[in-house]
Amino acid sequence: MEVLELARWQFGITTVYHFLMVPLTIGLSLLVAGMQTAWVRTGNERYYKMTKFWGKLLLINFAMGVVTGIVQEFQFGMAWSAYSRFVGDVFGAPLAMEGIVAFFVESTFLGLWIFGWDKLPKKVHLACAWAFSLATMASAYFILAANSWMQHPVGIEMHDGRPRLTSIWAVLTNNTTLAAFPHTIAGAFAVSAAFLVGIAAWHLHRRSEEEKVWRSSLKLGTWVGVVAFSVLAISGDLQGKLMFEQQPMKMAAAEALCHTEQPASFSIFAVGDVTRPDCENVKSITVPALLSFLAHNDFTSEVKGIQDLVPMYQEKYGEFYPVDERLGELSGKPIDYVPALPVTYWGFRLMIGFGGISAGLGVFMLWLTRKNRTPTGWWFPVLGLAGIATPFLANSAGWIFTEMGRQPFVVVPNPSGVDGVWMFTAQAVSQTTPGEILTSLIALTTVYSVLAVVEFYLIRKYVRGGIPGVLPQKTDDGALAFAY
Amino acid sequence: METLWFVLIAVLWLGYLFLEGFDFGVGMLLPVLGRDNRERRVMINTIGPVWDGNEVWLIVAIGATFAAFPGWYAALLSAAYLPLTLFLIALIGRGVAFDYRGKVDNPRWRKAWDFTIVAGSWTATLCVGLLISTTVLGLPIDANGDRVGGPFAAIRLDTIVGALAFAGYALVHGAVFTALKTEGEIRERARRVALTLAPVALLPLVALLAIVAGLWAAVVVAILGAAMWRLAADRDGQSFALMGLAIAATVAILFGTLYPNVLPSTLNDAWSLTVANSASSPYTLEVITWVAGFGTPAVLVYQGWTYWVFRKRIGVQNIPAAR
Repeated sequence: MEVLELARWQFGITTVYHFLMVPLTIGLSLLVAGMQTAWVRTGNERYYKMTKFWGKLLLINFAMGVVTGIVQEFQFGMAWSAYSRFVGDVFGAPLAMEGIVAFFVESTFLGLWIFGWDKLPKKVHLACAWAFSLATMASAYFILAANSWMQHPVGIEMHDGRPRLTSIWAVLTNNTTLAAFPHTIAGAFAVSAAFLVGIAAWHLHRRSEEEKVWRSSLKLGTWVGVVAFSVLAISGDLQGKLMFEQQPMKMAAAEALCHTEQPASFSIFAVGDVTRPDCENVKSITVPALLSFLAHNDFTSEVKGIQDLVPMYQEKYGEFYPVDERLGELSGKPIDYVPALPVTYWGFRLMIGFGGISAGLGVFMLWLTRKNRTPTGWWFPVLGLAGIATPFLANSAGWIFTEMGRQPFVVVPNPSGVDGVWMFTAQAVSQTTPGEILTSLIALTTVYSVLAVVEFYLIRKYVRGGIPGVLPQKTDDGALAFAY
Repeated sequence: METLWFVLIAVLWLGYLFLEGFDFGVGMLLPVLGRDNRERRVMINTIGPVWDGNEVWLIVAIGATFAAFPGWYAALLSAAYLPLTLFLIALIGRGVAFDYRGKVDNPRWRKAWDFTIVAGSWTATLCVGLLISTTVLGLPIDANGDRVGGPFAAIRLDTIVGALAFAGYALVHGAVFTALKTEGEIRERARRVALTLAPVALLPLVALLAIVAGLWAAVVVAILGAAMWRLAADRDGQSFALMGLAIAATVAILFGTLYPNVLPSTLNDAWSLTVANSASSPYTLEVITWVAGFGTPAVLVYQGWTYWVFRKRIGVQNIPAAR
């Protein structure tokens, strides 16, 4: 395999993996801060126990999020050095800001929170939880600003063949960011909500100690889920409309829409080969005019298909890659402007599908447990635990769709922006040997797999241990309230 | 402006080497200073609340390099690809190890994580040393900033001395820190180990400084000598402060000699990356200067406060039973 393919696999694997931990941390940290606030304000032990239990699971997960996040900071330079040189003037700034503003706060106050239970006044200790939680969210904002700039570059001018930052404000208030942020954060809360619901349902079913803790957790989870999914639907729709404007090819690929349609229908399910941009042999179940609505808010407008978009892209951004030995076997070859259709088509559907299942499950759980009922059937905890997976899958599918959908670009041209600011993924990789990337790909994947098993085992252990497993022991004088 | 950021990045590296230097050292010395599980837990808990915050200095040093000197970031990280891969894996391992080690009460489980901590700390500190000495001593890079030569271009005799330099420093620094933060038998042992190891362990650091800056190395030798003298006189705090001063002097000498280069090309001086030719635009530098100007003092204040909150020495009597 070539460096390009290996580097893409590596980035995809490390990033999707990292983003399994991130949304759980973002959502759960705020919920735990909320639980602790409830305890500090009411003095009710139930909230203390909730804080301790969910806080422990948060920490197990956070450790993995941190260490897999370090890789992210390095791999732009390691595997994508040409990209880093091209966009460094713009892209580095939000990353540096994230470090200074968010990471320092996050890691320092988390340390204080973990070890500070008996060392800090109650309210100061609570403030540490909030500082940590808000910092994770700030961190998400900077990263989404950086990612959104790749999807839709703004706030720049061209200078010596490279984009140069002219307005950090424009980068931080990019409309792509403003739409992606609520969508991503709501996705994070959907994950945490399902996590709470699934585990609490299991404990309720087992009639574990502290029924009230599980009841409150379940209620909190279901309601957070309902709100999260409402925000997801609204922000997703907004994001979709922006994408039709900013990256028409991505959205055509999301639909595997070959020919321009007016009005355009939305495909729910396709049978046959969606890989072919000529749409032969594809039978699709569609809802008439829905795609027009998703794109432009009316049921009559036209949506451009792949076959009409390709010539437009070729005219604007060229038909062939430049002749350059750095491009390897792509040098001088025609540029394929169509993203991998099965990935974009099914990625989009899996995102919406799993999201929908997860939302439906949440509402169903809410109904099942109305007036403090607990269904006795074995299916109740199974449904809850299986439900935990659905928002994770939806998140991953969504990101895979959005990142694969912008190919062959790594920096997608902004149709109304500065001319010349775009970069093909093929131009972005480092001049390293395939062997180096293959080595790191194998090594990181192996380590990540082992750690996935370890994390799963630990979370299961502490979930099973319930409340007694997380409360501090009665110890002799002088012992630390918490120690590794 | 470029010079300011060069200095700032040097300061970030200094913060990183000083802070994570001792938590690396504690990890490296875990089986040497910690004879049984309780003692090991004492050691891990001296750094427990702070190691993650220490590591952020690295993240920010790298992030700031990306923002302020994209050319430097791109060339150095892609050229040192394999050592950095090893570095990342070491950091991943030891990071989760601190957190996960105590979560299951089982000797085999603990043994596995102890191994991860020790191996991870050694590997990581060697890799950091390699990275820093590589940027100071230079790489075979072409006009575009891309590496010429194979994946092991960064591994040479002088960079290996550099790798050992920082590992040796971390080893002694970690022992001094353990002496400062613990009490009882483990503290005595840490002092003894630091004093015994120092003459050998600190040698590569002196050698690296002599390679880079000749006689300037004497300054650091004097400070290190003073640090060991204060340790011998039972003044852990003063010794620790002097170890900090020693790494500050080291960073000042290394980066001072490097300036105005950021990554010299060993092939052709004209291809060297300098503060001028690898920097971001003035506007970008201005933006991040504002952020750093407000952010960094705040970081110093609340990280300093963390150390104040956890200022008490700990000993085996403070360690709660395993669960």
